[in-house]
Amino acid sequence: MLNKRVIKIIFICLIAPVFLIESAHCRTEYDYIDINNPFIRKIPIAVPLFKSMSGSEKEKVLSKEASNLLSRSLEFTGYFKIIDRDAYLADPKTDTIGSNINFKNWTGIGAELLITGSLFLKDNVIEMELRLYDTFKGLLIVGKRYKGVVNNQRKMIHRFCGEIIYKLTGNRGIFDSKIAFVSSGSGNKNIYLCEFDGHNSEQLTYNKSITLSPAWSSDAKWIAYTSYSKGKPDLYIKNLKDKHGAVVAKKGINISPAWVPGKFQLAATLSFSGDPEIYLLTGKGEIVKNLTNNWGIDVSPTFSPDGKKMAFVSSRSGFPQIYIMDLDSGQVKRLTFQGKYNTSPSWSPRGDKIAYSGMQNGEINIYTIDVKGEGLTVQLTQNSGNNESPTWSPDGSLIAFSSTREGPSRIYVMTAYGTDQRRLLALPGEQTNPEWSPGVIDN
Amino acid sequence: MKKKLWICVALLLVIPGLLMVTSCAKKTVKADTTQEDEAAKLAAEKARQEEIDRQRDRQRAIDEENLQKEAARRKIIAARNLFMSENIYFDFDKYNLKPEAQEVLKTKAEWLRNNSGESIIIEGHCDERGTNEYNLALGDRRAQSANNFLIDLGIAESRLTTISYGEEQPADPRHNEDAWSKNRRAHFVIE
Repeated sequence: MLNKRVIKIIFICLIAPVFLIESAHCRTEYDYIDINNPFIRKIPIAVPLFKSMSGSEKEKVLSKEASNLLSRSLEFTGYFKIIDRDAYLADPKTDTIGSNINFKNWTGIGAELLITGSLFLKDNVIEMELRLYDTFKGLLIVGKRYKGVVNNQRKMIHRFCGEIIYKLTGNRGIFDSKIAFVSSGSGNKNIYLCEFDGHNSEQLTYNKSITLSPAWSSDAKWIAYTSYSKGKPDLYIKNLKDKHGAVVAKKGINISPAWVPGKFQLAATLSFSGDPEIYLLTGKGEIVKNLTNNWGIDVSPTFSPDGKKMAFVSSRSGFPQIYIMDLDSGQVKRLTFQGKYNTSPSWSPRGDKIAYSGMQNGEINIYTIDVKGEGLTVQLTQNSGNNESPTWSPDGSLIAFSSTREGPSRIYVMTAYGTDQRRLLALPGEQTNPEWSPGVIDN
Repeated sequence: MKKKLWICVALLLVIPGLLMVTSCAKKTVKADTTQEDEAAKLAAEKARQEEIDRQRDRQRAIDEENLQKEAARRKIIAARNLFMSENIYFDFDKYNLKPEAQEVLKTKAEWLRNNSGESIIIEGHCDERGTNEYNLALGDRRAQSANNFLIDLGIAESRLTTISYGEEQPADPRHNEDAWSKNRRAHFVIE
């Protein structure tokens, strides 16, 4: 009963904020963040502690948690430089709420953006009012009010982060996304999920065998993966909610799934013919057709965001290299020429680049390559162990990958330009195969 | 007095006589039994010896047979163990069979011909370098290479199954070329 009420409150408060505090002239898109080169200069932003409305101890603690979480979450994007609270000129108790903000106190310390917040706690339900200002223009960019149970504070803060990033970049960002990955902590490799920032990791599969290669459908309702549950590598297609689905268990290997954007179809490598080829499958695991037909290894498909092209790894030249196939014409062209071992392609959600891992001089690193034109290649990692399995955040701003830079393999995150490399999480065992979900997960 | 004397004379005569008789009788009896004993003894001894010889021969034959059986059994086990333990090895990112791998596969084919009731699983493995997915495909190709070679040597396809483990089950967990060269292998398991 309580649960139902809580869910109702969450629904009202999260899906539809109580009201919008948004002035008309704030609707124009601001070019605060140039998505073509957003990490050259980080925007200085101030996130003072939220004002506790009743002043109770519990409320103060929650206010501090909420403002710190907002800070950390914004910093995670790589777009912002969070200004140290010790540097503030303004008195947060009197000066950060309402319409009488003295913006000079904020421009004086270099803050170009300011977030103010207030928090009111009553009967385990919190009400937050959050605002983002342009301090130089003295303008409210976006303001929202959220109401929900204390346990949903994280969701509320991330919802507001999404609003901020939407206003600044025109994209909803990553705050609703999850990352699937493989961890060996249980003694066997199993699939786990965590939130975009590495928090709240949970085990998804409980196999007593090897489980690999999670792949999200573009509606984030399905995950496909490879498991040795029946003694050999078979492909499992699972609905995340009710766990029903299909198994592709043909002779040989059934591996490396990738969903077709916007469709209940996926590509995967099957070797029942005696040769590993990429096939197009329905979401129920039935073969639609061959996509590749070439002696040698064809593996690891990834689709362009419009679903018209597929990049994949082929050893047809004698070494694994990345190729792009036009799915209408079936024409294939080689994309990578540097080095003798380029694998694990991941097509950017923006469509312009493919990230991959390449081996040179015995070291594996992450590269990006332009899909069009000369195929400009940029090396994003170096001198930091082996770096593999790149996967793009749903807005194309970040890349998660696995690295052995600290010894055991762990999941790391960096910007799409290779800056701000940091560990996402560390669990018992080793973590590999990260796979970032699409932007919106409705569960 | 005279009576006493007679008794004495009589005793003197009788006692030695008696002694004579007993000693003579004894002597005769003794001579008879010795002869019979010797014969029986000899016969028994002979029989015993023959029995020992027979038993020894029998035991020798059994031992010999057991030894042969044991040797044969050991040979079979050794051949079986060798079949299971002897891997073939590949170069980095390659799945072609090197000459030494082909020689090993020929002995495997011979074993399979001598053990026509047996079916096997060929596991394809890779070293840890490179990506899991590519290595799963590479391991599949390695197992397939061995599989196809055995079929070419006349082994029925139905007796062969391949499984790729990619880089998931290294034989040597270390991270150096010595370990990697041991891990790039096809391993054979009798079902």
